[in-house]
Amino acid sequence: MTCDEAEILLHALIDGELDAGNTRAVEDHIAGCPRCAAQLRDYREMSKMIAGADVRYKAPLELRRRIEASLPQQAQVPSRRAVLRGFAMGSAVSALAATGLVAIVLRSDDEARIQSEVVSAHLRSLQAGHLTDVISTDQHTVKPWFNGKLDVAPPVVDLTAQGFTLIGGRLDYVDARPIGAIVYRRRAHVINLFVAQTASTERRAAKTETLQGFNIRRWSDRGLNYWAVSDLAADELAEFGEKFETAMRSGTAG
Amino acid sequence: MPVKAANDDPEKARRFRDAALPHLDDAYTLARYLLRDPVDAEDAVQECYLRALKHFDSYRGPAMKPWLFAILRNVCRAEFARRASTPTAPIDDVPEEAEQTPLWHDAQQTPEAQMLRRWDSTTIRRLVAALAEPFRETFVLREIHDLSYREIAEIVGAPVGTVMSRLARARAMLRSAWMAEEEHAK
Repeated sequence: MTCDEAEILLHALIDGELDAGNTRAVEDHIAGCPRCAAQLRDYREMSKMIAGADVRYKAPLELRRRIEASLPQQAQVPSRRAVLRGFAMGSAVSALAATGLVAIVLRSDDEARIQSEVVSAHLRSLQAGHLTDVISTDQHTVKPWFNGKLDVAPPVVDLTAQGFTLIGGRLDYVDARPIGAIVYRRRAHVINLFVAQTASTERRAAKTETLQGFNIRRWSDRGLNYWAVSDLAADELAEFGEKFETAMRSGTAG
Repeated sequence: MPVKAANDDPEKARRFRDAALPHLDDAYTLARYLLRDPVDAEDAVQECYLRALKHFDSYRGPAMKPWLFAILRNVCRAEFARRASTPTAPIDDVPEEAEQTPLWHDAQQTPEAQMLRRWDSTTIRRLVAALAEPFRETFVLREIHDLSYREIAEIVGAPVGTVMSRLARARAMLRSAWMAEEEHAK
């Protein structure tokens, strides 16, 4: 490899965008070329210093207000009559649900609503500086933390070796119930893995959907429902799901 | 507000708010680096959010941040066009031929053992803002917003190979400026 080629490719190396073959070729070149090695060292150092510096800007409050004001306002508080009507409807629905008929009809609707709640929970976790209740890269610390907080013990799998760093766990609320969230990181992307109990023990294969720009990978196994939510690309989130399921099957969960 | 009539759906507004507002600081940061002016940046971000809301119904991905950035970039380019047509405003640097010329090699004169000095945030912001376009844009999307090459390529509408060579040039220019700053500081 020539210096001209290495000068371009070493950036892909720094940014983790290079495949194994080219990585090897660039590293071989750098081992024998002090000039390219110095560049690589400096660029890495620069990236690190920029990442550690305060180079972002905070949007002025006035701008936030202006944008908020330009959005259509939230729905009005429902009137007493509407609340009563809703209540009556609710009772009728519960009565029907007891027969088990409505449950099937409502299922796809429910699914969509829970998915939207899961995305909202993911967003909240990023916004409020409340990503984790327990911070640990050790699965044997994260798992016991959930004890007594949930009616189900969410499996905690360490996938650091597979490129997904475990950073902790959190108690969240979805579908008006407490739910366990296990938090992973891939580069700068956060993955929230929500785990909830389900009555059905049948295995449902994973499927991926996109909502509000987030990818959601959803699957069920051994009486648990899983939703992995992230702004990671769909293929990388699929990789996460597969690694997780593989680890579960081989019994390495903590 | 002309777009408002078409968007009078509170539920949609709520979803849009949840999805788009968390990226406000990111959008403002990008606008500050692209336009290098706080007032223009505010206007551009507001316009970006109005356009995004208008198109939110048809939005199916990519991730929200790159989607907003692509809109914001178009808004900023319109602002460049406006500046260019205003004789009193400074015309921005867009050295198209700079992409054709080989990478700068001037940094090679410095001793290989010499380590880069750590600059304060204000200096780093100034050095990054001084990079010429289109290198600055690519650099900011990569180093400050941590987007992948593919995401950057989609935002700027260029092949991944172009993104890579722009990034190479941006880092080479920044490294030179970084070292030159040391000369000033002496």
